[in-house]
Amino acid sequence: MTFPATRLSVVQRTRSGDEETRRIALATIIEAYWKPVYKYLRLKWSLQPDDASDLTQEFFATTLEKDVVGKYDPQKARFRTYLRMCVDGFAANARKAERRLKRGGGVTLVPLDFETAEGEIATREPAVDADVDEMFYREWVRALLERSVAELKRSAEGAGRAVMFEVFRRYDLLDERETRPTYAEIARHLELTPATVTNHLAAMRRQFRAILLERLRELTSSEAEWEAEAAKLLGQPSSRATSARSRTARSGPADDL
Amino acid sequence: MISNRAIDRLLDAAAWPELDARYSITGVAGHGGMGTVYVARDHVLERDVAVKVLDLADRQGSRAARLQKEARILARLDHPGIVPIHDAGSLPDGRPFYVMKFVRGHRLDELSTRSPLPDRLNAFSRVLDAVAFAHAHSVVHRDLKPENVMVGGFGEVYVMDWGVAQDDRADTERAIVGTPGYMPPEQEQVGERVDGRADVFALGNMLAHLAGDDAPPALRAIADKARASDAGERYADVPALAADLARFRNQDRVEAYRESVSERTVRLYRRYELPILLLLAYVVMRFVLLVWRGI
Repeated sequence: MTFPATRLSVVQRTRSGDEETRRIALATIIEAYWKPVYKYLRLKWSLQPDDASDLTQEFFATTLEKDVVGKYDPQKARFRTYLRMCVDGFAANARKAERRLKRGGGVTLVPLDFETAEGEIATREPAVDADVDEMFYREWVRALLERSVAELKRSAEGAGRAVMFEVFRRYDLLDERETRPTYAEIARHLELTPATVTNHLAAMRRQFRAILLERLRELTSSEAEWEAEAAKLLGQPSSRATSARSRTARSGPADDL
Repeated sequence: MISNRAIDRLLDAAAWPELDARYSITGVAGHGGMGTVYVARDHVLERDVAVKVLDLADRQGSRAARLQKEARILARLDHPGIVPIHDAGSLPDGRPFYVMKFVRGHRLDELSTRSPLPDRLNAFSRVLDAVAFAHAHSVVHRDLKPENVMVGGFGEVYVMDWGVAQDDRADTERAIVGTPGYMPPEQEQVGERVDGRADVFALGNMLAHLAGDDAPPALRAIADKARASDAGERYADVPALAADLARFRNQDRVEAYRESVSERTVRLYRRYELPILLLLAYVVMRFVLLVWRGI
């Protein structure tokens, strides 16, 4: 493997002397975090959509670089956890000051599609039943996966392998209502052989894993943090939707791998 | 937007091991802090197997090295009480894996409260055999606990999870490994290598767990001697522990326990119950005959 070439995380790049590098790094953080922050403000802080969107804009536009990234100490917390704590502090101060937030927030570093985020809340897509910390994590994962899937799609289409991505989409990218098709069904629809579907899916999953880990590496501030986040993200597949699991039939607890 | 269900599927897809066509993953048997055990179908030999896969290959390779070391240890320890390994390798994404026997059964801790004490001690004796065999091959398990022992449907016992084992032929690592509550004091010291008595300590804890709160004093004494804080006060090795346990099971006097006269009487009575009863019957009959003739 497999390991992506060592590169500075976006957190580290926000401290670069180069203005353009810093700007891109901040935009990456915003892209990854704006939706989790917005939904967190809506659900944990019970803010109205206008106030939540204003506060989100203000947080990323005026506070992120100086007060969040600038004061971050990787020794004390994961960046994700730290950023959420900053949001809490920011929201608490805003509420304390009882100030009416200015609609629009003034500066827009990246276009934030609050309408879509609000639609996702309306369809109960955030894990509203889970505690808010878990909800923030879940939204962060969702944003990370969306970026990774978009990159996989771009990469596949750019390499003339759109059909491979289509196999991946049909098998692994289903929404709540869709039933997972069999390899044979996908093969029939796409006029492929089942063996080709198997190979395409394996290749896409391998590339997706690599992209996902690389995007995750960008968003973490150290190797240790990356490993911890990746282990949390990719470990424990049995706790997610997994077929053919037996509670009594097993082979090795794997606790100490 | 990616739905909640799609999130789970995508993460599973990213974690799913891309194995050779020989194997098809059918489910997940268990997972831990760093890896997952999958159930797979071996299409060549037409049997189910278990595949242990690292969740993440670390840049330094220490976790990968640990899994590979575990695979080599399992390959070396060819014993009926140690799960056999069939295959090992690396996935296309770099993660190492190995394929082992799929054990259908229960963990020892799941059985311990339900089965009779003799059955529990029988299973424990098989654990002792496996661990003694490992020690004879310079391997100290270092994480023995009921959760790491599988009992199959026919009573077969397997000691699992050799991932933190110390291989005295090859190891140089000095990390603290093991499970608090089961590992001995010397194993909690950074830089300390341990010997077989570390496993004796864990086995003592395992025996105390299996014996339960109403264990006979002699059995409790065996467990306590095995898990003495001072390694010098424990059994010198696993065979010594096994020998004392065998004495207990045969109702002989155990090394770990100084019994009172009444306890010794009761034990000897139980040990020689049939001859004693026959002798008593003989004496009673003689007495009755003497009385009868006297009349």
